[in-house]
Amino acid sequence: MPTIVEKIFQSHSKDRVDPGEIIWLDLDVRTARDFGGPNVVKHLRKHYNSDYLADPQKTFFTFDLSVPAKTIKYAVNQQVCRDFAKETGTGVFDVDQGIGTHVLMEKGLVLPGSTAVGTDSHYNILGAVGAFGQGMGDTDIAFAFRAGRTWFEVPETMKITVTGQHSATARDTTFAVMRELGSKGALGKAMEYYGDAIDSLDLAGRITLASQTTEMGGIIGFIPPDKRVLDFLRERSGREANPVLADADANYVTETEIDVNGLEPLVATPPSPTSVKPVSEVGKVEIDTVFIGSCTNGRFEDIEAAARVLKGHRVKKGVTLKITPATREVWIKVIRSGVIDILMDAGGVVLTNAGCGGCAEGMCGLVGEGEIEVSTTNRNYPNKQGPGKIYLASPETAAASAILGRIATKEEVGQ
Amino acid sequence: MKPEILEGRIWLITDGEGKRLDDIDTDMIFHNRWLYITDVKEMGKYAFGNTEGWEDFPEKAKEGDILVVGRNFGAGSSRQQAVDCFRALGIQAVVGESFGAIYKRNAINSGMPLVEAPGIFESGLKSGDTVKINLRTGEITSRNVGFKARPMPSVSLDIYHAGDLFAYAEKLKG
Repeated sequence: MPTIVEKIFQSHSKDRVDPGEIIWLDLDVRTARDFGGPNVVKHLRKHYNSDYLADPQKTFFTFDLSVPAKTIKYAVNQQVCRDFAKETGTGVFDVDQGIGTHVLMEKGLVLPGSTAVGTDSHYNILGAVGAFGQGMGDTDIAFAFRAGRTWFEVPETMKITVTGQHSATARDTTFAVMRELGSKGALGKAMEYYGDAIDSLDLAGRITLASQTTEMGGIIGFIPPDKRVLDFLRERSGREANPVLADADANYVTETEIDVNGLEPLVATPPSPTSVKPVSEVGKVEIDTVFIGSCTNGRFEDIEAAARVLKGHRVKKGVTLKITPATREVWIKVIRSGVIDILMDAGGVVLTNAGCGGCAEGMCGLVGEGEIEVSTTNRNYPNKQGPGKIYLASPETAAASAILGRIATKEEVGQ
Repeated sequence: MKPEILEGRIWLITDGEGKRLDDIDTDMIFHNRWLYITDVKEMGKYAFGNTEGWEDFPEKAKEGDILVVGRNFGAGSSRQQAVDCFRALGIQAVVGESFGAIYKRNAINSGMPLVEAPGIFESGLKSGDTVKINLRTGEITSRNVGFKARPMPSVSLDIYHAGDLFAYAEKLKG
C-alpha cells in the first residue's frame, strides 16, 4: 500500500507509481532564486522564442542569497530575472522577502500534498508541512517553468520513529537522527517521521528536521502535519488543507527506531554535519564568532530561544553574534516583539535583514582562516562558508557559546 | 521517431586484469582541468582522460559504439560534460550495472539512451562483440549471448525520441 510520496505522486501523475519507476510529475509550484535563476532565463530564451511558461501564476523567482545584491554580478543576475518576470508575469519575491522555501510556506503557496521544485538543494524542507519539494539544477528548472512538470524516479520510503522526551531543542533531535543515519543513511530515499518526539515539534522544529534531509542523502523527509501546522496553512492560504498520510500497511524499505529520551545538547564538529558529538565531549573549544539563522534555524522561535538564553547576559568581549532571520515576517516579529531589545542589550550582536545567511557565498556569516564559529546553519563542509572551522549547534547552544566564548550549553549559563 | 533497436560494438570498461570498474566518478570521465571547454564537439577528445588504462579511448572509439559500465557509474559531481563527451564521440548508448543519480538525470535529459543492466558483466559478453539492444524491452543480444536488462522507462524514451529535454518541451507546447 502507498507511502506518502507514492500518494502525492499518484495524485500528480498519470503514470504507474511504484518505487524505481520514472514518472512524469505535475508541479503545483516551481521557483528559481538569484543563484540559478539567471541560467533558467538563459535556457528559456535560448531554446524558445516565447511562450516560456506553462503557468505564470505557479512560477516564481525568490531572491534569498545575496539580498540586496552585494556584488555587481548578483545585481545583474537579479535584474535578468526581474526583467523576465515583467515580460512574462512570473511572480517575484524580491530581496526584502527572505528564504524562498520559507516564504512559500508562510504565504500558503504550498500545502500538504503539493509538489514543488526549485534551484535550492534544501527545497525538500517543504516536507515540514507534508509537501513534496525537490531541488534541481537550472536545466531541469527551466524545463519545469516551461512544461509545468518534471520527471522523477519514485523513491523507496524509510520509516523513522523517534521517541522520548528531553529538554534540549529540535536541532538536537535532528542531530540525534543524523548521528544514527549518517551522511548516506537516506541516500536516494524518501523518509517519513513518526513518534512522540516528532509529534511534539512545532512548525519551526519541523522545518529544522526537514532541512537536514539533504545532509543524510535523502530525497525528502515528510513530517505528517498536525493540527497546529494545518491551522497555520489554512490561515495563510485561505484554502482547505488536508494531510496526505501513508496507509497503515504502507511498504517501507527499512524501519528505524531512535530513542532521544534524556538527550543532551549536541553539536556537529567540522567538517561534516553528521559528525555529531555531545557538547560535553568536545572539550574546551574557544570560539571567535556565532551565527544564528539559515533555512535550518532562522525562524522566530529559534531567535526567541537564543534571546531567552542571552537575557541578562552579555556576549563575551571579542566575540560577535550574527543573526539572520529567515524571512521578512520573522525579522519584523523580532523587532516588534521586543526580542530585539534583549539581543541589543547583550552587545556584540549584528541583526541582518532576512535571507539565507552565509550559505552559497551569501550575505553574512562567512569565516576567515583560523576563525572558529558556532553556527546554526545546515552544513560545515570545508570552505563552504570560508576557510574557518564551523561547529553546528542549536540556537540555544549557539547563544550560550556566545556568552562564554567557548562551546557551551545553556545549562552552563545557569538555565 | 528514432530507432528503438540499436546495434553496435561494445566496450566493457574494466581494469588491466579485465575486472569490472565500479564507482567511476565524473572526474575520471571528464576531468575538471578541461571544464573550460564549452564546445561539445571538442569534449570527445578528453572522454575517460582521467581513467587509468582508458586515456586513449577517444582514438579507439568509433561512431555507434556502445559502452558497458560497472556499478555507480558517473558518481560525484553534476557535470554535464561527463555525458556530453561520449555524445561527441558518437557513442550510441551507455549500458551499466547502475548509475549515479545525477549522472542518470543528465543522461536522460540529454537524450542519451541509458540502459540499466544489473548483472551484465556476468552475461558472457566481451569487448568487441556486436550487440543488439531493444530499448523498449531491455533485451540485449549478441551472436551467442542473450541478456535481459531493464526496459528503458517511457519518460526516458519520450525524451530520447524528441532529442533532449528542451526539444521535448517544445513538442509539449504544440
